[in-house]
Amino acid sequence: MFALPANKASRSDIEARGHVKASVRNATFAREALSRRDFVKISGVCAAGLATASAARASEKQTLDADRKGVLVDLTVCVGCRRCEWACNNANELPHGELSDCDDQSVFDSRRRPTSIHLTVVNRVPGRDGAAPTFIKTQCMHCEHPACVSACLVGAMRKTAAGSVIYDASRCIGCRYCMVACPYQFAAYEYEKALTPQVKKCQLCQSRTSRGELPACVAMCPVEALTYGRRDELLKLAHERIDCNPDRYVNHVYGEHEGGGTSWLYLADRPFTELGFPELGPDSPAQLTETIQHGIFKGFAAPIMLFGLLGAIGKLSHARAAHTHAVQTEKVTP
Amino acid sequence: MTRQHSIDASRPRFFTPGVWVVVAIALIGAAALLARFIFGLGRVTNLDNGYPWGIWIAIDVACGVALAAGGFTTAFVAHLTNREEFHPLVRPALLTAMIGYTFVALGVMTDLGRFWAMWHVMLPWMWQGNSVLFEVAICVMTYVTVLYIEFLPIVCERFIGRVRLPGALRVLNGPIDRLLRALDAALGRVMSVFIILGVVLSCMHQSSLGTLMVISGAKLHPLWQTPMLPMFFLLSAFAVGFSMVIFESLLASNSLRFKPETDLLARLARFIPILLGIYTIAKVIDLLNRGAGFHLLDGSRASVLFIIEFGLGVVAPFIILMVDRWRHSARGLFAAASLVIAGVVMNRLDVFLLAYTPTIETRPYFPAPAEFAVTAGFIAMIVLIYRFIVLNFPVIERLEEVRA
Repeated sequence: MFALPANKASRSDIEARGHVKASVRNATFAREALSRRDFVKISGVCAAGLATASAARASEKQTLDADRKGVLVDLTVCVGCRRCEWACNNANELPHGELSDCDDQSVFDSRRRPTSIHLTVVNRVPGRDGAAPTFIKTQCMHCEHPACVSACLVGAMRKTAAGSVIYDASRCIGCRYCMVACPYQFAAYEYEKALTPQVKKCQLCQSRTSRGELPACVAMCPVEALTYGRRDELLKLAHERIDCNPDRYVNHVYGEHEGGGTSWLYLADRPFTELGFPELGPDSPAQLTETIQHGIFKGFAAPIMLFGLLGAIGKLSHARAAHTHAVQTEKVTP
Repeated sequence: MTRQHSIDASRPRFFTPGVWVVVAIALIGAAALLARFIFGLGRVTNLDNGYPWGIWIAIDVACGVALAAGGFTTAFVAHLTNREEFHPLVRPALLTAMIGYTFVALGVMTDLGRFWAMWHVMLPWMWQGNSVLFEVAICVMTYVTVLYIEFLPIVCERFIGRVRLPGALRVLNGPIDRLLRALDAALGRVMSVFIILGVVLSCMHQSSLGTLMVISGAKLHPLWQTPMLPMFFLLSAFAVGFSMVIFESLLASNSLRFKPETDLLARLARFIPILLGIYTIAKVIDLLNRGAGFHLLDGSRASVLFIIEFGLGVVAPFIILMVDRWRHSARGLFAAASLVIAGVVMNRLDVFLLAYTPTIETRPYFPAPAEFAVTAGFIAMIVLIYRFIVLNFPVIERLEEVRA
């Protein structure tokens, strides 16, 4: 610290020796506080950091591919057979029993979330006034501007050109900030693993679709409640269905705009809030934090300015103190 | 090594009955820590997919970072604005910050599922510049380094002319002494840069710690969820930084039996009501601006938490410190500082945990015994390390006088 000697000497010591010692120290600081060389040196370091950071940022900037894919879920069609759950576990090499196990209706008694061993789950919401219930398939929504991708500090989450949000365990440090960020709470974690836990979520069957196959759940669906295709075409299809059957659907495609849009799109016969879908604004939660963060640290201008300001404060206050002491000493000496 | 150094009768002993209790808590914590690394997070914590972050992040990390803020606030007031009178407070504050941040890092490591991959944060090709957590991580790592550099002169001062290695190692005494002297001289010339850097880094990550939860969106209750979170975190870090210095100084003088520096602390305490005042005005404007103020009257759990946090942590200490007589008494100072600390702890707990509701709440989170044990154990270890360093290094000036 600047003032090491102050601690060596007791305070009475300082008083006894008067201001002389203090003024010497202050003068020393004024000289050393923030020489131009230091300032240039530090600015250089900051600028280098900035260059790396902005390079990293530029490479991350994603322009969404016009050809990106998605899935349209027509909740008015889904019969709650849960075959998609089985197909998902099968495709992802997760524990799964017999296909006939899906007929067990008791799982609908409680509301379920995707877990590390069930990347997609179907829930049942009772119908209004004795009407048939609605079944809702849930899984990672594959946001257009995913909060998990924005949150991950080591780039373990990535939005691919094909539209899917995929997870790379080899980068992950297991901080689970992606789970804090996900507005749908669909990311799950392997808490039971001591050394190699992973974030588990739907990858939109990246391995299957890259071979030209359909996602496992879509391929399995016996009633064609799920449609896989280009996101823009799915949106067109969704709106066509609404326009052709205005009595069947509410005029809302969930996922078109929610949280900046998602790759999974939903059609329903009643308001989505009734079905437990979170109400989200048209911006991704990541939009706001990235604006704040890049606003504060744009070009590292604010930290560098703060550094300069603090240096100037230090220099000025010490110079003034040194001057005051010098004047006082002069007065006392004669 | 340090034990050999002059042990005189007046010097306080390390072990007292109270210290043994702290040792016991630390040992229990160490056992829980071992269990966590052997069995994994799932077996020893109550974390789940709805609550991915528990008290290890909310207390060990979020509160830890805030309560270690005394380091940079004191460095700013004492060195950069050159207030001679505050210099005796700098070293204890620096020590608190150094130990505090070390345990923040340990807390993070305990919570990381893939802790062995922690070093990925240091690899430029893994960096993800959009991540607020990335900024916090890099800043905190750099700042810990800066804190250790700032502490080096104290180590030099302790050992220069006193390097007495035993036995065959004796030949190293001379070289080590010369090395320490060279280090001391070199540090003296560049220390100002590190002090300024320390303040800049602190301002950066203290505020970013608030930005961290902005991305959680509607999961954080509207009374706390605001784009202004970074500013609130920074302001409250300033206030709690001064409060921690006062709190610890009074505790140390009580525990190590020297007269409290009430006048000096009262002068430092003047900054706190100013900061609390600015905080209050900003908070009111923010609540009105976002139209979230009505939540205060709905009688919900969140409204109660907010009123307690704000009333006890901001309003009460503000009043105490505005009364001259109270501000100049050790008791008043201690009460006000404790309240500010409790308020900031509660604020961080609210933002990271208590006012955080998963989109669909599966089961409410309550920390498991092992989580409490680790957190308490870390705090106990901090106390023990602080006590050891204070008793063996030139950190507290009054203690030096007692010893002399």
